[in-house]
Amino acid sequence: MNRRIALVAVMIVAIAGCQREQRNFDETPSGATAIKSLRMSEVIPGAPDQPPHVVNPDENNAYALSEGKRLFTWYNCTGCHAEGGGGSGPALMDDVWIYGSDPANVFATIVQGRPNGMPAFGGRIPEKEVWELVAYVRSMSGKASKTAAPSRNDSIQAKPSENRVDPQPTTPYGTPQPPS
Amino acid sequence: MSRARSIAAVVALASSSRALAVPLQDALDPAGPQAQHLVALWDLMLAMSTVVFVLLVGAAWIAVLRRTRREIETPDLAHSEQEHRRLTRIVSAAVIVSALGLAALVIATIATDRALAGLPLQDALHIELTGHQWWWEASYDNADPSKVFTTANEIHIPVGRPVIFSLKADDVIHSLWVPNLHGKKDLIPGRVATHTIRADRPGIYRGQCAEFCGYQHAWMGLLVVADPPDQYAKWEAHQRETVSTPSDPTAAAGQHVFESGTCAMCHAVQGTTANGRHGPDLTHVASRMTLAAVTLDNTPANLAAWIEDPARIKPGTNMPGNNLPPADMGALLAYLATLK
Repeated sequence: MNRRIALVAVMIVAIAGCQREQRNFDETPSGATAIKSLRMSEVIPGAPDQPPHVVNPDENNAYALSEGKRLFTWYNCTGCHAEGGGGSGPALMDDVWIYGSDPANVFATIVQGRPNGMPAFGGRIPEKEVWELVAYVRSMSGKASKTAAPSRNDSIQAKPSENRVDPQPTTPYGTPQPPS
Repeated sequence: MSRARSIAAVVALASSSRALAVPLQDALDPAGPQAQHLVALWDLMLAMSTVVFVLLVGAAWIAVLRRTRREIETPDLAHSEQEHRRLTRIVSAAVIVSALGLAALVIATIATDRALAGLPLQDALHIELTGHQWWWEASYDNADPSKVFTTANEIHIPVGRPVIFSLKADDVIHSLWVPNLHGKKDLIPGRVATHTIRADRPGIYRGQCAEFCGYQHAWMGLLVVADPPDQYAKWEAHQRETVSTPSDPTAAAGQHVFESGTCAMCHAVQGTTANGRHGPDLTHVASRMTLAAVTLDNTPANLAAWIEDPARIKPGTNMPGNNLPPADMGALLAYLATLK
């Protein structure tokens, strides 16, 4: 009898532990204020400042990551970056981050655009979707939890799905890297 | 809190659907030859099933009553051989009747299938219908490529003329079902299915996605409007017209909001620089009866609510929210109202 009660108790605890990941359909607050203090050069007059601490609200949220994967095709990121391997734009699935790998840096790169071809998407893509793209772009080189990163490709692709990518070493903040 | 909000949204939707100005679908009110064949088959099956049901319930009652009477009788061993033969006859007759009944249904089904496939297709209208999460894109084919036009969620067809649908899916499997006109047909990514219909009387027939396709499957509606041929020709000619720059300054400002903001990333307005292909074509959005795949009546207030926060009306929708300043929203609504 006692054993049965214990079993039921364990099941109740297990069920209580089941929780579905929250899907956030609402808009997220603007991250633009933090982006303003972002530096694209490591040469700074005076004392070096702290890198802005911006938390991507969609980092490691499986739904947001898969939405980012959808938007990556919708907004034609594939047109230049292909499926991450790069084309007329740089590859995104390697550990080289020309303009920084932090979420804030990737956000700024998408919103502001970059010389030599990266369009400025600010105002054309809602911020919520930019953050989803940021999370997905980082997952391409393993910078997302394997439990949250997309586990399958909708179409035939010459690369493994994002949750099978090993994490790449993070480059130090603001260190410009030459394209390989 | 979010759950309370989604419940509120569902309640709001349920009440708004009752208020929708368009009629609901009805499979038992056929508006074309296909649906008529299906209703005839349905009537036959319903009649036969009713007869079988009544006979079976009757037989069961007889068996129950007879058994109680027999139990008190002494078994009549002298006539057991005769009794056995009688039972064999009854069971054999029942098996033959059942087999004949089932065969009749099979024949009726095959005949209906043949009748459905035998719709005469001379002078047919070709429409390429693509299912998206969660809306319908219709492209009216034409031998002259400059005459092809695209619309969404509301298709017009001429009464009495057959229509050939080429069914495609953009993302997941959907299914086309316009109960007043025909049965269901699946839209499968990477394949093209064909579906033929004909409407014999004018009217508005609601269609529905009939294959679960995600969050907003239940609100993936389609309107098929059957117009008399001359009215249809007028509609078709109008759909081919592109949009000219609005003369009203507010609407012109709205066009700028549309083209320099997030709208143009997914939506197209023919004749302007807006060329997005991921959302419904909005060239003649103001002429449509409903918004968001037959979810809302097409009123300025509903349109504003939809643009502001679509996820509140249809959680999970691919359309993002737009936090526009009131002046921009007003201008945008004025512009969209000119897209007749």
